[in-house]
Amino acid sequence: MAERTAPRTLGTGPGRALIAVYGIFALSASARAAVQIGAKFSEAPLAYLLSAFAAAVYIVATVALAKGGETWRRVALVSCSIELIGVVTVGLLSIFDAGAFPDDTVWTDFGRGYGYVPLVLPVIGLLWLRYAGRDRAAA
Amino acid sequence: MTVNGTLSGIVIALSLLVGAWALVEALRERAPGRGQLLGLAVVEVSLIVLLIAAAIAAAGGDRPASGVTFFGYVVTIICLPPLGWVLARLEPTRWGSVIVLVVCLTVPVLVLRLHQTWQVVTSG
Repeated sequence: MAERTAPRTLGTGPGRALIAVYGIFALSASARAAVQIGAKFSEAPLAYLLSAFAAAVYIVATVALAKGGETWRRVALVSCSIELIGVVTVGLLSIFDAGAFPDDTVWTDFGRGYGYVPLVLPVIGLLWLRYAGRDRAAA
Repeated sequence: MTVNGTLSGIVIALSLLVGAWALVEALRERAPGRGQLLGLAVVEVSLIVLLIAAAIAAAGGDRPASGVTFFGYVVTIICLPPLGWVLARLEPTRWGSVIVLVVCLTVPVLVLRLHQTWQVVTSG
């Protein structure tokens, strides 16, 4: 386990696997938002704008994790936090006020349509940022 | 429709097979070797075959319920194996194998979704 003692940077090792998952979400959320906004925007504008917003957050998180460095680490921290707040807020709203989001978004029902990965992902992201961000401070 | 169902099943099986391999390699702390990358390539080729079959079926009048949604899935799904390939090459550790695993678990989900966008028509 010599690997563990080596300083970790944001975008390598487990971080790169995290980038892969974020990349997949950025891609699929963008595709979904594009389809929703392009084909049937008037049906549920709020839900589709939310889809686009979620896609943007995933894109920013992916880029930030890939770039690394102190500034990008902060950007990643903010986007993962927004994600967590978003998925919890929309999850609660979609349960208590189903009318608010007539059509599904990535975050509806705490991301149930995506195997709850949208709920788990920001938590893992934040934990990783905590862990990977420490190497300089600890040195 | 049977063409689509059988082909989807083959793509899913291939992807899960490569994924299982990647899992074993990740657990053995091995980086993705030539085998896993070849596996990703095979999955990509099978996806392309599936999509060509779908395009032919669509040309024959057997169209998905929502063409735009179908196209959205197509774009997403076709990008996944190359994305996994690039990231796995960048990460020559066990985590590279984890990346291949993640991609190979995502492909079957998307193929199922893709298949559902199609079945709406046949059932209705």
